Amino acid sequence: MAKGGARSQHMLSRARRRFLRTLAYGATVVGVSLAGFVPVLARWNRRLRPPGALKEDEFLASCIKCGQCVQVCPVEAIRLADIGDGFGVGTPHIDARDQACDFSCDGLQCVLACPTGALTHEIDYPHQADMAVARVARPAGCLAVQGKGFHGQARGPAFEGKLRYNEVDRWNPIPVRDHPYDLELCDLCVRQCPIEIRIAQCEAGKPPSGDRNQCPPQHAIELRPLDDGEGGRRMQPVILDGCVGCGVCEMICPVEPGVIVMDSSESRGV
Amino acid sequence: MSRLIDSVAELFGRDPRRPAPDDITPPAREVHARQRNDRERIENIRIELAHKAKHKPPEKLRRIRWLVLLAVNLLFVLSYRLDIQLLEGALTASRFAGFHMADLNSALQVMLAFKHVLINLLIGTTTVFVLWWLLGGRTFCSWVCPYHLLAEWAEMLHLKLAARRLVKDHPFDRRARTLLWLLFAVLAFATGYTVFETISPTGILSRALIYGPGVALAWVGALLLVEIFYSRRAWCRYACPIGLTYGLVGATSPLRVTYNLESCFHEGECRKVCLVPHVLDTVIKGRARDLNVDIGADCTRCGRCVDTCPTGSLTFRFKGLGDLL
Repeated sequence: MAKGGARSQHMLSRARRRFLRTLAYGATVVGVSLAGFVPVLARWNRRLRPPGALKEDEFLASCIKCGQCVQVCPVEAIRLADIGDGFGVGTPHIDARDQACDFSCDGLQCVLACPTGALTHEIDYPHQADMAVARVARPAGCLAVQGKGFHGQARGPAFEGKLRYNEVDRWNPIPVRDHPYDLELCDLCVRQCPIEIRIAQCEAGKPPSGDRNQCPPQHAIELRPLDDGEGGRRMQPVILDGCVGCGVCEMICPVEPGVIVMDSSESRGV
Repeated sequence: MSRLIDSVAELFGRDPRRPAPDDITPPAREVHARQRNDRERIENIRIELAHKAKHKPPEKLRRIRWLVLLAVNLLFVLSYRLDIQLLEGALTASRFAGFHMADLNSALQVMLAFKHVLINLLIGTTTVFVLWWLLGGRTFCSWVCPYHLLAEWAEMLHLKLAARRLVKDHPFDRRARTLLWLLFAVLAFATGYTVFETISPTGILSRALIYGPGVALAWVGALLLVEIFYSRRAWCRYACPIGLTYGLVGATSPLRVTYNLESCFHEGECRKVCLVPHVLDTVIKGRARDLNVDIGADCTRCGRCVDTCPTGSLTFRFKGLGDLL
């Protein structure tokens, strides 16, 4: 009898140990997954999302983290977040300073590729995107504000970012370093703005793909003369209502650090 | 029907039940009785095992399975890296030759968190559901999931260490997986975030292979360390909600591993190699309810038991088709 009691005691403690280590393992799994809340709630990384991205909370809910948007982007602007983004691990974002979205796909390939609608299928054209709003963060550094021109490779010889230059190759983006500039007054942010380029094409009667729906209704950026009383040629970039936050102005700005940054808090209500 | 209920209950974590004498068909009862008294058979078992200890037969199916698993994952990688565009995306969601595919568990998480279902996701989910229903549900685990392969290698290491008594397996309660599945479903719905995707080793590994490694791999490494040093195959056995989702899909699948009682010698070799040995409870002497028994829903159709069984008592079978032929 005593022997049976000891045996059942042993079984009991074995079962209890199994229960406890199961609990510890399960709690760790759930705990680690819930730690993903911290970067999201604390907004550690405010990300510039691809065109069509829903508001941040809905975007994180709906993105299935497959990277199909990454695969179709012709300028490889889209990257997937790491575990530091918590629940946002595996979600796509754009580091505009390294490689902006220049809409060289014209048809919003990332939106078409998205299987869940995290990039909403309700937009068809670049000017309908609402990724962010550009902000002139460091106007003092701006070459135009200083009345200076720009000569050479916009971001230096080591920069790997690409842009599509219609006059060079209608279909394929090329490295920015292969397309040096020679400007009396630096206007790169306006000159390379995908919205401004489309407006110019439309005004010339040549909308992209001959489709007038491609024509943006509003300007996105312009250079305004600075009244400095010297009658000089100083200008400053001003962001307009047509800005979609693609980040090309941030990428192309030749000074370090860049003058313009993308602010995704305004447009997508992050 | 009761067999299906048992199979799903065991999938949820219930221990297999010893069948009551009435549950066993008369022909099976006859074989059980015969086997208990068959000295010649018992002697044969001894010879068989001694022979097998000396000459380990190659695991052919395992080699084929590893090749398939690597090929599928490589196809993802090459589709992107070489721009072949045959299988775009990652294991969470993809397009095969243009057709949408969505991992069922990832899609479930998104549906619960987002509370809208886009037609593309519905198409992808249905396609994958039909595919894995036909192919056996958890077949996904052992034939496609990249974590499964790493876990198999970790398991080999674990068994080597265990043989030298350097480590010991600490089993967990199998019901934990059901609880975690429910918890992650509730969390997705309540928080509006795809909480499980944050730690899904399948998603993390698939993306790491295709888009390049990241710090998230540290989590995968931690899971593997637990399996090497503490608990054999812990993630796949006791935790992974993906496995449970596919297990449910495969519960009624026509693709089965089937057990044949008459040819079985009850050595138990199959249970030693099995990821989910509770599904092989039926091979224990006296447990089989019939002369042929389909293995339950938690079976990953990995085929290791088929490879290992010296008497060929475990075989793959495609129900319906095989019956017709």
